[in-house]
Amino acid sequence: MPFTQTIGGTRFVFDDLKTLLARATPLRSGDALAGVAAESAAERIAAQRALADLPLAHFLNETVIPYEADEVTRLIIDRHDAASFAPVRHLTVGGFRDWLLAADPAAVTALAPGLMPEMAAAVSKIMRVADLIQVAAKCRVVTRFRNTIGLPGTLSIRLQPNHPTDDPHGIAAGVLDGLLLGAGDAVIGINPATDNVEAVMRVLDMLDRVRDRYEIPTQTCVLSHVTTTMLAMERGAPVDLVFQSIGGTEATNTSFGVSLSVLKEAREQALALGRGTLGDNVMYFETGQGSALSAEAHHGVDQQTIEARAYAVAREFAPLLVNTVVGFIGPEYLFDGKQILRAGLEDHCCGKLLGLPMGVDVCYTNHAEADQDDMDTLLTCLAVAGVTYVMGVPGADDVMLAYQSTSFHDGLTARAMLGKRAAPEFEAWLARMGIGLDAEHIPARLSPALIGLA
Amino acid sequence: MNARDDAALNRPSHAPALWRDLRRFTDARVGLGRAGTAVPTAAHLDFQEAHARARDAVWSALDVPALAAAIGLPVTLVHSSAPDRRTYLLRPDLGRRLADGVTLPHAPGSVALVVADGLCAIGVQRHAPAVLQRLLPMLPLPAGPVVIAEQARVALGDDIAERIGAAAVVVMIGERPGLSTTDSLGLYITWAPRRGRTDAERNCISNVRPGGMGYDDAAAKAAWLLRAAQGLGATGVALKDEMPATALPAP
Repeated sequence: MPFTQTIGGTRFVFDDLKTLLARATPLRSGDALAGVAAESAAERIAAQRALADLPLAHFLNETVIPYEADEVTRLIIDRHDAASFAPVRHLTVGGFRDWLLAADPAAVTALAPGLMPEMAAAVSKIMRVADLIQVAAKCRVVTRFRNTIGLPGTLSIRLQPNHPTDDPHGIAAGVLDGLLLGAGDAVIGINPATDNVEAVMRVLDMLDRVRDRYEIPTQTCVLSHVTTTMLAMERGAPVDLVFQSIGGTEATNTSFGVSLSVLKEAREQALALGRGTLGDNVMYFETGQGSALSAEAHHGVDQQTIEARAYAVAREFAPLLVNTVVGFIGPEYLFDGKQILRAGLEDHCCGKLLGLPMGVDVCYTNHAEADQDDMDTLLTCLAVAGVTYVMGVPGADDVMLAYQSTSFHDGLTARAMLGKRAAPEFEAWLARMGIGLDAEHIPARLSPALIGLA
Repeated sequence: MNARDDAALNRPSHAPALWRDLRRFTDARVGLGRAGTAVPTAAHLDFQEAHARARDAVWSALDVPALAAAIGLPVTLVHSSAPDRRTYLLRPDLGRRLADGVTLPHAPGSVALVVADGLCAIGVQRHAPAVLQRLLPMLPLPAGPVVIAEQARVALGDDIAERIGAAAVVVMIGERPGLSTTDSLGLYITWAPRRGRTDAERNCISNVRPGGMGYDDAAAKAAWLLRAAQGLGATGVALKDEMPATALPAP
């Protein structure tokens, strides 16, 4: 069924739901590359007006990718919870925006199982940055493994001490540096230089030893392909969290070499290890706008709607952590600091609305039109929006992945400026270890020799 | 040398006690200290300088005659469908397709060898000839033509190799420049290459450069992956990199 809208005497026609969503999306290079973006500002606002008038219940009857063709669509439809949807069932997309802005946090949080990702994407397309911040800040999502992530007033940091050759001393120095700056409560997570299972197991052993020697109430992760992690678990490696990059269509996930059944199997394998002390959220996912187009698996759907669909995949597996790697993919998807800023806040808001412990890798690559000022702006907005966690990379410079993320200092600054704290178990540990008292000396309890640095 | 340095050197094992001592274990920006919660001025400006260099590196181009001379073999030069750098950055689809009118030699069953600029030409110019020289004698199949490709993405290798009729392709391509590294080379290996292959169907060796993976190790790993791919009839997630550390030849 086509949608129509007249703006200033011009009548715009949008053939179907996915076209309406794409044309209503604020401008970004990836949608232009895919050929789905609005061709003028007038067409975009016409689509936004038509979208605002669309009943939310319409999403129950029209999918952007056919049910028969895509296991992610099947997951979204089959898992939709009508009872949770009931409070907003009568609303249009525009009415839903007003409802979200006026509702109290408990009501917004309770909605999650009743929301389809396309509904969250739709309402975000007619929100300003301030709306994205305010609505996200209402959502409460708490997860647990060896500590508690996402409590109100907290901001957690993933300690990301990557090294170009996975050198154990180099990694250990990065870990210690991050701990000294209060990072690591979300996870201590390494992107390995290779997917070689022996090398991955060496890093897993090393990170587990560091966590054990310092008795840190946190979890570790090596972000290898899920099938490599499964092999490592079979061989007895100390795996806390299973990591995987995921996307919002079946074909995107195929391009990543995964499926819903592989993720389910991996989760069951990790649960069987029983390594969590406070909870059993054992999965860690990364996403990012543009991955479906990059894999030519987007079905003509705009990149932000597909990104929201990836969150339906994530929530199926009760993850401890999910983050969009918003500026990593490059300027062909998000051209500059302005596009990265909006996308980061959209991803965070949609992830939270769908009930995820949503973090953001606030980042950019050197071929994007962005710099540290853009990252400071996004980080500050996200911290106000109650982002669950951000990355901590030594000096903001990832020497393995060749991109810039947030530094340990940035995380500390965001916490200080907004009165945010680390996860409570981790905060108690920081105090116990005497961290933060001295800007030059390493506290005796964190002796580098304990983790092999001599 | 002052007395403190002297004492440190005479100690058999010098465990770090100061935060800044961590710097000797990694090139990452550790031990920066802090100004309040922020990075001190000197470290801040170091970062800004590195970013300025990396921004310029994105716009570097291959010196094709010099590269061909360093390779020392007959080469074929091709362009992708992206006419210039800005289009290349905004239109990766064009970087994956050969320009119109390209003809390539036919070499069925060979390993096609593609040397491509990618996102930064500096590392390709510096390291690809040395890696290629070491890889050639280790190939499990006959070497195909060496192709230099400009404004190229990894998947351009599929288009090239399909036209050559190659059994496999090794694409040596410039990686995204980072702040500490503007000369990193990546190797992408694809079995039965043809247009439409996905990244999950390739194996990758990254960070080939001084301070990252050395030339000998990179060539040995590429040869190992090619042999394994030949046995399996596939690359990508189906081919697990289980090359034991001991299989690397002595330096």
